[in-house]
Amino acid sequence: MDWTLWLEWTIKAALLLFILLTGFAYTTLLERKVVAWMQTRIGPNRAGPWGLLQPLADGIKLIFKEEFIPAHADKVLFILAPVVTMVPALIIMAVVPWGREVVLFGRRVTLYLADVNVGILYIMAIASISVYGVVLAGWASNNKYSLLGGLRASAQMISYELALGLAFLPPIMLAGSLSLRDIVEAQRSMWYVVYQPLAAFIFLITSVAEVNRAPFDIPEAEQELTAGYHTEYSGMKFALFFMAEYTKMIAVSAIFASLYLGGYLGPFESQFPWLGPLYLAAKIFLGLFFMIWLRATFPRFRYDQLMALGWKNLFPLALLNVVVTAGVLALVG
Amino acid sequence: MALMTLFIITAVIALVAGLGLLFARNAVYAALFLVLNMLALAVLFLTLGAPFLAMVQITVYAGAVMVLFLFVVMLLGAETLKEEGGPIAWQRPLALLLGLVLTVLLAAVIFIEATGLGNILPPPEDYAAPSRLAMLLFQRYLLPFEIASVLLLVAMIAALVMVGSKKKTSSSSR
Repeated sequence: MDWTLWLEWTIKAALLLFILLTGFAYTTLLERKVVAWMQTRIGPNRAGPWGLLQPLADGIKLIFKEEFIPAHADKVLFILAPVVTMVPALIIMAVVPWGREVVLFGRRVTLYLADVNVGILYIMAIASISVYGVVLAGWASNNKYSLLGGLRASAQMISYELALGLAFLPPIMLAGSLSLRDIVEAQRSMWYVVYQPLAAFIFLITSVAEVNRAPFDIPEAEQELTAGYHTEYSGMKFALFFMAEYTKMIAVSAIFASLYLGGYLGPFESQFPWLGPLYLAAKIFLGLFFMIWLRATFPRFRYDQLMALGWKNLFPLALLNVVVTAGVLALVG
Repeated sequence: MALMTLFIITAVIALVAGLGLLFARNAVYAALFLVLNMLALAVLFLTLGAPFLAMVQITVYAGAVMVLFLFVVMLLGAETLKEEGGPIAWQRPLALLLGLVLTVLLAAVIFIEATGLGNILPPPEDYAAPSRLAMLLFQRYLLPFEIASVLLLVAMIAALVMVGSKKKTSSSSR
C-alpha cells in the first residue's frame, strides 16, 4: 500500500485526537460558564480573558496532585480502569464523517477517518464495551460506594443501550445503509429529525443516560454514593474519568448530529466542502449546550424511576417506532 | 504480509487470554481475560473480511454477555475460588478425552490443508456484507432463525417465572 496513504491516515487520526482533547478541555469551561449564567453567577473569569486559560490551569493542577492508590485496592485493575474508560471515548469518533473531500496540496483528501460499511454497528460495539472502565473502577477500589456506583452504572448502561440501539434503527432504515456517510448524504433533501422526531427524542434521552450525565448521573450521586465509582481516584487518574465523560458528550453530540441533523450538511456545503466541518462543529455545540442545559434544569432521577423510564417507557416506544417506520416504508416503497 | 503479522499478533493475544481465563484464580480476572479473547476473535473476523460478524462479536459477547457475567460475579462477591469442593470426579478424564478428540480433528484439518486436498477458494468480496447476511438469515434460514428466537423467549419467560414464584413464597411465609 502507498506510504502517503498511511501518512494521511496517521495525520488525520492525530488531528482527530487533538481536536477531541482540546474540545474536551473547552467543554468543561463551556459547562462551567453556561451553568453559571443559568444560575446568574459569573463563572471562571480569572485565568486569561473570559477564563479561557482555565482548562489549562485545571490540567496543570491535576498533573501535580498526588496519585493515591488505596491499600486494599486491586492495583492492576485500579490503574487499568481509567484507561479502559478513556479509550472507547476516543476511538468511537473514527467513523463519524466531518465532510466530503477537499483538495489539499494537490491531493484529494477525504474529511473522514474511516467509511466502513458497518459504521453504526461499530459505534454500538464501542458503546457496549465502554461500561467496563466504570465497573472495573468500582470493583478495584475496594470501597462499597465505588462498587455500588459501578454496579449502578453497568445496570443503567445495559438498560438504556437497548432503547439507544432501537433509536439507531430508523435512520438506517430510511437511508438503507449502515455507513454514517451514506446516512448523512441521504439527508440532503431533509434532515431525519423531521421524519423521525420520536426516535430523535429517544436517542437524546438515552444518550444522556449512556454517558451518565445529569439527570441520569446516579452512578455518581454525591448525596448517596460520595462520588460513585471514582470516589478513590485522584490526580490524573481522576482526570481520565472526567476526560472520558466530556469526550463522550462530544462523541454523542456528533453522532446525534450525523444521524438526525444532517451531519456536515448545510447551505453552500456542496460548493465549499470546507464548510462541512464547521457545520458539524456548530451542531455538536448545540448538542453540548442541550446537555448542559439539562444538567442545570433537572434534578436527578431516583434509581427505580430511571429503570422504569428506560424499560417501561422508552424501550416500548422505540420498538413501536421501529415497527411503524418499517410498516410505512414497506407501504410507500 | 501485513495481514499475516496482524493474524500472528492477534492469535497470540487470543491464546494468552484463553490460558489466562483457565488459570486465573480470581473470577473477575477470568472474565476480563475472556473479554480480551473475544476482542481478539473480533479482530480475526475483521482480517477474514467479515466486519459485520466482528462487530456483533463485540456488541453481543464482549459487550452484553460478559458485562452481565461481571455484574453477577461482583454482586455475589464470588471473586475467589473456593478450594473445598474441588473439581467433579469425572470432569478431568472427560476433559482429557475431548481435548484429545479436538487435537486429532485440528491435526486432520491441517494435514488435509498441507496435502492440498482442501483447496479452499477465497470468498467473494461482499461475502459477509450485512445485506448478504440478512438475505440468508431472513429468507433461506428464516425458520431456524424464528425457532431460535422463540427458544430464547421461552428461556427468558422461564427465568422470570422461577424468580416470580420464589418471591411469592417468601412474601407469604412472612
